[in-house]
Amino acid sequence: MTLLTVEAFYWLIGAIFAYLSAQVALDRGHAKRLGTALFWALLAVIYLFGKILPPAVVGYLVVAMVVLAALNRVAKSSERTTSLEARTASAARLKNRLFWPALLVPACAIAGTLVLGRLHWDDVRLVDPKQATLIALGLGALLATVVAGRTTGDRWHAPLHEGSRLLQAIGWALVLPQMLAALGGIFAQAGVDRVVSGLMAGLLPAQVPFVAVAAYCVGMAMFTMCMGNAFAAFAAITGGIGLPFIVTLHHGNPAIMAAVGMLSGYCGTLMTPMAANFNLVPAMLLELKDRNAVIKAQVPIGLAILSANILIMYFTVFRF
Amino acid sequence: MIKLVGILVVAIGFGLRLNTLAVVMAAGVATGLVSGLSLHEIMELFGKYFVENRYMTLPVVLMVPLIGLLERHGLQERAVTLIQRAKAATAGRVILIYGLARQVSVALGLNLGGSGGAHAGFVRPLVAPMAEAAARAALRAEAAARLPLRNAGAALGSPGEGTPPPAAGPNPPVELPEKTVQAIRAAAAAGENTGNFFGEDVFIAVGAILLMKGFFDALKIEVDVMAMALWGIPTALVASGVMVWRMRALDRVVARDIAEAVRNQKGDVK
Repeated sequence: MTLLTVEAFYWLIGAIFAYLSAQVALDRGHAKRLGTALFWALLAVIYLFGKILPPAVVGYLVVAMVVLAALNRVAKSSERTTSLEARTASAARLKNRLFWPALLVPACAIAGTLVLGRLHWDDVRLVDPKQATLIALGLGALLATVVAGRTTGDRWHAPLHEGSRLLQAIGWALVLPQMLAALGGIFAQAGVDRVVSGLMAGLLPAQVPFVAVAAYCVGMAMFTMCMGNAFAAFAAITGGIGLPFIVTLHHGNPAIMAAVGMLSGYCGTLMTPMAANFNLVPAMLLELKDRNAVIKAQVPIGLAILSANILIMYFTVFRF
Repeated sequence: MIKLVGILVVAIGFGLRLNTLAVVMAAGVATGLVSGLSLHEIMELFGKYFVENRYMTLPVVLMVPLIGLLERHGLQERAVTLIQRAKAATAGRVILIYGLARQVSVALGLNLGGSGGAHAGFVRPLVAPMAEAAARAALRAEAAARLPLRNAGAALGSPGEGTPPPAAGPNPPVELPEKTVQAIRAAAAAGENTGNFFGEDVFIAVGAILLMKGFFDALKIEVDVMAMALWGIPTALVASGVMVWRMRALDRVVARDIAEAVRNQKGDVK
């Protein structure tokens, strides 16, 4: 038995979405009141009852959310927060005390990850060790919010209000990571990975060691760009190109191949809109005009590291 | 071959800049249909994966109330005040120091918030404002050096006739160009991602290493987790070097934009 599961945090998040939806519904000045309120209400339902609803029902609720977003019915409200003068005065008063709550979160996440998973009374566990990091992070965020509330002396609903303002700024992009994970799942179910690795292996003269290495690294990056996730690419490309050519044919070292190969996949993650939680959600959080600005800044980084990876693998994988 | 229709849909949809959620859903439906699934089964899959992956939004949603509250009380302004005291700070150096610290801490197994949580917790409230503040400080220094004193005063606000030019105070006489602000913010997010991704695999208990181990175990291939972690180090070092290179490039762009903004201001004042 487990006392605290991550499901409890999904209820909390669902409640935050419900608050956000109600706030928009009551906001007469909101340009797209109905669509926006409905979007967040649907998301609240999925977070609150996701575990007990049949998957197909969730699927149709997701379709409704996608339709609202695609018809441009989801928008943010006119921002209302404190003025620059008020914030500057407050910053001068609170000084570095403003930083402590923000630093408390990672501190709790680290301490909680090390401790929470190990606590148990006979067979009653406090948390599942696999969920320890997420739960520690969630508890840390809650604790830090309470501390920040006391430090700033603001009203109890100020965090909810400000949180909902920032969530509205992110908008429908917030659920993009989950949608892409679903797409990745469907790709895997359909066997897209086997088709791609089969194609790559058939087209390239992988008898040449350098070609095999380059095809594997570039394949990892490109397939990650398609799937948005290096983990999904790893099994497909390692099974399709890495093992048959680098390990079996050329007797390369599988540990080196895997380590550098996975990192080549991460180069792909830097360069794709499919990795929404790293590339698109931050662009919304930072209020960037160009949604792809983060990706554009990362393309030179991704290409440079990928080229280096090909050389690192070529010069080490057959020698050690 | 026909199974690749989903990738095609994504490529075309993103290329035409259609709504990303709709493109992703269309790609999933198309792939499912050509693989012989019914529409209802596809919806079941979407629902199942959507619920299973709720954890992806957890860090961001639980961090934003805290960060919003602190921002309301001047978190960004405080970060800006601190960076203004550090004379050697530039936008690129601020981001570089954060990115390298992030990489080292992740390599030691200290992850500050998975699935992009650090973008909400650190990049938006601290790193980006600090980097922008460093650029604004450089802009002020440049303007003070290039613009004659009375013009520097006139450039402060609305130089209406008859208004006595105010003394060059702590306010920026010239605004940091919007494109520079955007470039700095995008670079801050890039520094976070690069530090995070290329520190991670050096730590053995991380998901990626365990996933690779599981993959090889299933195929009965003997692979040492320590070896996989160690062979992540060369790439990690390359990534650090690449961050140094990109952040120096950012500083050059910022310096060029600042010089240009000050030159334009000079022209206006004449």
